[in-house]
Amino acid sequence: MTEPVVASGVASFAWLLLALPAFGAAVLLVSGKRADKWGHLLGSATLLASFGYALALFFTTLGVSNAEERVQNLHLWDWIDVNALTVEFGLRIDPLSLTFVLLITGVGSLIHIYSIGYMAHEEGRRKFFAYLNLFVSAMLLLVLGNGFVTLYFGWEGVGLASYLLIGWYQYKPEAASAAKKAFLMNRVGDLGLAIAIFLMFNRLGTTQYTEVFSRVSEFSSAEVLAITLLLLLGACGKSGQFPLQAWLPDAMAGPTPVSALIHAATMVTAGVYLIARSNPLYNLSEDGRLVVMIIGAVTLLIGCIIGCAYDDFKKVLAYSTVSQIGYMILAVGLGPIGYALGIMHLLTHGFFKAGLFLGAGSVMHGMNDEGNIRRMGGLAKFLPITFVTWTLGYLALIGIPPFAGYFSKDAIIAAAFTGEGWRPWVFGGVALLGAALTAFYMTRLLILVFLGKPRWKELKSEDGREYHPHESPLTMTVPMIILAVGSIGGGWFLSSGGRLAGWLEPSLGELKEEHGVISHGMVGILTVALALVGAGLAFLLFGRRKQPVERPARVAWPVRAARADLYGNALNEALFARPGTWLTRALVFLDLKGVDGAVNGTAALLGGSSGRLRRLQTGFVRSYALSMLLGSIFVLGALLVVRFS
Amino acid sequence: MTWVLIALLVVPLVGALVVAFLRKDDKKAKLVALAFSLVELVLAVLLWTAYDPNGDRIQLATGVDWIPAFGVRLQFGIDGIALVMIAVIALLIPLVIGAGWTEKLPAGRSQGGYLSLILIQEAVTVAVFAATDVFLFYVLFEVMLIPMYFLIGGYGGARRQYAAVKFFLYSFLGGLIMLASAIGAYAMASDELGKGTFDWATLVKVVSDADSTTQTWLFLGFFLAFAIKAPLVPFHTWLPDAAAEAPIGVTVIVVGILDKVGTFGMLRYLLPMFPEASKNLAPYVLVLAVAGVLYGSLLATGQRDMKRFLAYVSIAHFGFIALGIFSFTSQAGVGSVSYMLNHSISTGMLILVVGMVIARGGSSLISDYGGMSKVAPLLAGMLLLAGLTTLSLPGTNSFVSEFLVLIGSFPTRPVFTIIATVGMVLAALYVLWLYQRIMTGPLRGDALIGAAAGPGAVGDPEKKTTIGDLNKREIAVLAPLVVIVLALGFYPQPVLDVITPTVGATLTEVGVTDPVTVQEGK
Repeated sequence: MTEPVVASGVASFAWLLLALPAFGAAVLLVSGKRADKWGHLLGSATLLASFGYALALFFTTLGVSNAEERVQNLHLWDWIDVNALTVEFGLRIDPLSLTFVLLITGVGSLIHIYSIGYMAHEEGRRKFFAYLNLFVSAMLLLVLGNGFVTLYFGWEGVGLASYLLIGWYQYKPEAASAAKKAFLMNRVGDLGLAIAIFLMFNRLGTTQYTEVFSRVSEFSSAEVLAITLLLLLGACGKSGQFPLQAWLPDAMAGPTPVSALIHAATMVTAGVYLIARSNPLYNLSEDGRLVVMIIGAVTLLIGCIIGCAYDDFKKVLAYSTVSQIGYMILAVGLGPIGYALGIMHLLTHGFFKAGLFLGAGSVMHGMNDEGNIRRMGGLAKFLPITFVTWTLGYLALIGIPPFAGYFSKDAIIAAAFTGEGWRPWVFGGVALLGAALTAFYMTRLLILVFLGKPRWKELKSEDGREYHPHESPLTMTVPMIILAVGSIGGGWFLSSGGRLAGWLEPSLGELKEEHGVISHGMVGILTVALALVGAGLAFLLFGRRKQPVERPARVAWPVRAARADLYGNALNEALFARPGTWLTRALVFLDLKGVDGAVNGTAALLGGSSGRLRRLQTGFVRSYALSMLLGSIFVLGALLVVRFS
Repeated sequence: MTWVLIALLVVPLVGALVVAFLRKDDKKAKLVALAFSLVELVLAVLLWTAYDPNGDRIQLATGVDWIPAFGVRLQFGIDGIALVMIAVIALLIPLVIGAGWTEKLPAGRSQGGYLSLILIQEAVTVAVFAATDVFLFYVLFEVMLIPMYFLIGGYGGARRQYAAVKFFLYSFLGGLIMLASAIGAYAMASDELGKGTFDWATLVKVVSDADSTTQTWLFLGFFLAFAIKAPLVPFHTWLPDAAAEAPIGVTVIVVGILDKVGTFGMLRYLLPMFPEASKNLAPYVLVLAVAGVLYGSLLATGQRDMKRFLAYVSIAHFGFIALGIFSFTSQAGVGSVSYMLNHSISTGMLILVVGMVIARGGSSLISDYGGMSKVAPLLAGMLLLAGLTTLSLPGTNSFVSEFLVLIGSFPTRPVFTIIATVGMVLAALYVLWLYQRIMTGPLRGDALIGAAAGPGAVGDPEKKTTIGDLNKREIAVLAPLVVIVLALGFYPQPVLDVITPTVGATLTEVGVTDPVTVQEGK
């Protein structure tokens, strides 16, 4: 671990990164309707300013030739200070946090601009921008905070922003429920994060990164294992990993820019950040990392399988996100050979998935907010820019060279094939299978939405309007184009010459390379071949004949299971929701019925305890207490008699 | 500066007297009462500046003999904990008066009478926290019930008499047992010193050396009184009734202030006077505390009435406070005291906002509401913010206290801490579910669109309702709370600095040291 130096120069203003969007949010929330005219502009401007500053900070840091000095600490104030416990409110400016800062402010700015067009007809658009700004601010605190408690602050802060934005259409009961579900399931994960923080304080008396990471050797191995697993629980909640994945698809009830920014590009990757950031801890626990890898592998399969069966445009993309984050979690679970790979996939994914979501939003915008892909088809010629940018994102996601996803995903799959015994075969195999499935469900999406014959011409949307698909305005297409450029060149740029891995070294340590059980070149060939097989299969199944508008009811059990989220929600319902409701009802009943018993019990206890005291103490006390008691009972009786009439 | 403390006790009483003569003129009564409560607030600020966090254990001490035969004195003084509690009372009372400005009282009742009782309640409650004579504390502990009895019984809802009597019975009986224990302590002092005294500092010295059996019995007497007052499960059932039947401002006082006397008593009396018993019995108290967290949270989710909901939320929070007190670390202790402060602010805010909801809908049943954010977005925002501080979101005041309680209790009581941490998830459930049912979805419910619409009816979004958003008076009431909630969330240190030395002194009196100590080089 590189010890940080005190932030100076440009970096001493790093608090501006958070403060600018926070200021925007505060102004927008306080101004009320007055801000309707300029709210979206202020929101976007503060974020662009933040992005501009982030670029300046990045290039200054890049200009520091000694990589050791690229890790800086900016102390702002002591947040909570009680004797041994000092929680600093401070920022850690290092290659890892700066990478995230650029992603968050960069993609965030694009999505702000997109939202100007997308939300143009929404009442209270200023509030939407306030929430988006609030999100960015909290997300920046999450990645910039210099300790686990400031991370926790940002962590819950993005949870709140996510809650507010998922529930944006709160007059729709399903949006309100989805928002609450997201917050709740996140809090389950937060529980793990919180207890991990308690463990750190208990052993080290601190929760600041610098001290925790330099003194990891003081933990017992059981403590390290416990902490790594608890942090993983936190990561699962925030990143929609098994078994806490069910909230993420429901979160698609929010407006599409929100899905792109929060539920694809940034917030949901916070779990990957957490594990990568805590690498000194994970380096110590092979068992901890194995569990991380298992969770990643299981999730990436779950996401792919469910993604194949859904008919909702955004939900398919949501499960794709679940699955791609599974890849990232698998990567960081690999340890020193994978941290930087996980972050690289996170970055390329941030670009192409944000682009895919914005494309989906553009399609829905032009289709009366229709989300059912069975009611689409043949849209390519109506939305040409959307189609082209979306297809570029698609190629990046399924990992066709030279698009971005190929470089990042292929590297993870190759790394998964390293190790001894059963592990490389299982993890590598799952990762490869995932690549094929990804190509399958994404091709299905591409065909059903953009290709084939239009299925919407005879139909009307829920509100009774006919569909008139049209291309979106410039504020929406320009961000999509920029993201598409990233999807083309981003992977090559980041990976060539180990550019990203070298930059991240002060934060994550050196990216180790190991030879896998099959060679990297072979993995590359297999990945592309399997992706082509998956895509080809999807084309055979969906591209050659007309698809029904109603989804077929009689399907084989795997499809039924996938349509039911592999019974994840049913399980939650059976294990927690229903028993919880019963328990609550029983307790409410008992509490009401137990009133008289409790009062009588108190009276009985009174007799008993003062009797003991009487025996214990002198006669003087007895007579005194008794007379007081009698007097009190008299007063009490009087109060009871003098009722209010 | 002892005059400040005396003035704090006297000003509301004078105010009560003046207001009592204004029963004919409601408007004037309100203005005068508000003026007196604001003077009290200024005095509380002065008191804060006069207090030296690193000074004596009890500061601004002042007093006169009352019953010389028994060594009883009218003795007052404050420590950091009492200071914080007095400050929050002085803060909340003007807001309560402002919030109830247009509230309709039951027929035949005047604002003069109501506000006079509120001011008496304020004076007595300040006195309870400031008392440093154990007998005086007992007397005030009981006297405190009298204005509240009349406030609930005279100005409350349909079952107000039942609730008032129940409230009185419970607390009064608890107090009596405490009296028996106090007299026991007096007798010990009189045996040992040759003359009896109720002086707190003297009793701490004498009683804390007693053998553990004696301590245990005396402890139990005090504990029961405080457990009822706080309230801890299973001594809690008076609170939901009292909270539900009291007018909303009185609910703020009962839930936000009065029950802190219980946890204050634990810190001021139980721990220093009976250190051995406190340590021996801590596991049992912690069971009640953690049970309270879970029980209160689960029951809160199951309530149909908003005011009862608030009571159960408080029961859960008192579980956290008790957990912090009986974990015996400075972080947990400071967490508990700041929790007492922050609970008053957050729950006070939540109750006031719920009061504003009820004032619009005319019903306290949750099922009578739905989709209200459509017509009252600002009110919805305030309910959400109050809810978020109730669920201890970082950035709000309550996070600091809950975090301190949990991180502080973990080193000594990890199992209890982990169980209590589950309360975090449940808090998110009950808060967001309440918000969802009242504020989101289509506009619906008897209260908002009229009972005649029939069950399950949904409001016509195009039709204008008579429900309005927050007015200026309501904004003025909530704005200070919003500012405090956020300020103490980001920069709690001024409050923690006041509390920490007192908590440290208390733990020294118990005879424990922190398991996690300051690292070298810090």
